[in-house]
Amino acid sequence: MSEVSLGPAVFWLLAAVTVVSAAAVAFSGNIVYSAFALMGTLMGVAGLYVCLAADFVAVVQVLLYVGGILVLTLFAVMLTHRIADVRVSNRSVGRWPAVFIAGAVGAVMLRAALRTAWRVQPAGAPEPTTYGIGNAFLREYLLPFELASVVLLAALVGAVVLSRKELKE
Amino acid sequence: MSGIGVHHYVAVSVIVFVLGLYCVLTRRNAIGILMGVELILNSANLNYLAFARYSSGGYDGQVFAIFVIMLAAAEAAIGLAIVLGIYQTFQTIDVEAAETLRG
Repeated sequence: MSEVSLGPAVFWLLAAVTVVSAAAVAFSGNIVYSAFALMGTLMGVAGLYVCLAADFVAVVQVLLYVGGILVLTLFAVMLTHRIADVRVSNRSVGRWPAVFIAGAVGAVMLRAALRTAWRVQPAGAPEPTTYGIGNAFLREYLLPFELASVVLLAALVGAVVLSRKELKE
Repeated sequence: MSGIGVHHYVAVSVIVFVLGLYCVLTRRNAIGILMGVELILNSANLNYLAFARYSSGGYDGQVFAIFVIMLAAAEAAIGLAIVLGIYQTFQTIDVEAAETLRG
């Protein structure tokens, strides 16, 4: 049974990639490095989705996050970044208050996550999920699905309005 | 019980959330703050899928995760448009410079 020994190794590898690149996003002083490290996090999370038998969500993650949001972010970084301006990534709250707040929140959440006896049922064999997700979208979740398209249209129009050149006169 | 369970995924999600929170708290660069928000949204999504896999079965968690990704796309588009607007107005994206609205 090679699968039994391979599964945890893949999980730990993907978790390490995710956490290390998330740390790089958080701690890097250069915003360009942060943006590229964000790609590692997003790909690692997509790999974890595959481990969780969520193939469709993993593909959506790669297409939308890595292909869309990350490219948009890099675009904005390149449009606004000034290499000489080191103040751009300065601290606002201060390093130690931020470490304290994040550490306290993380300790409470980690304790809750590990101490709680979650209702666990044995996970079935991975199977394709597109059929079930399509059914869910067009049955129980039809109204949120349509509302989401309205939200996306509003966001599209809003982004155009925000970023166009104002015509003086 | 040596296999990977829901606790492992939730722990990874907590770590990513804390790093995103730190990123949001310490950055003055508006794009950096948006990156922290992306990390936080990803950690929430990881929880949705972990519990969908190990606790509830069904497709509800995956559908919610797709909605979160969709709204993150809208958030990124609007947020970056606002950042570009701030940059055109103030010539910087330091969030502390954009204090014209302060009463």
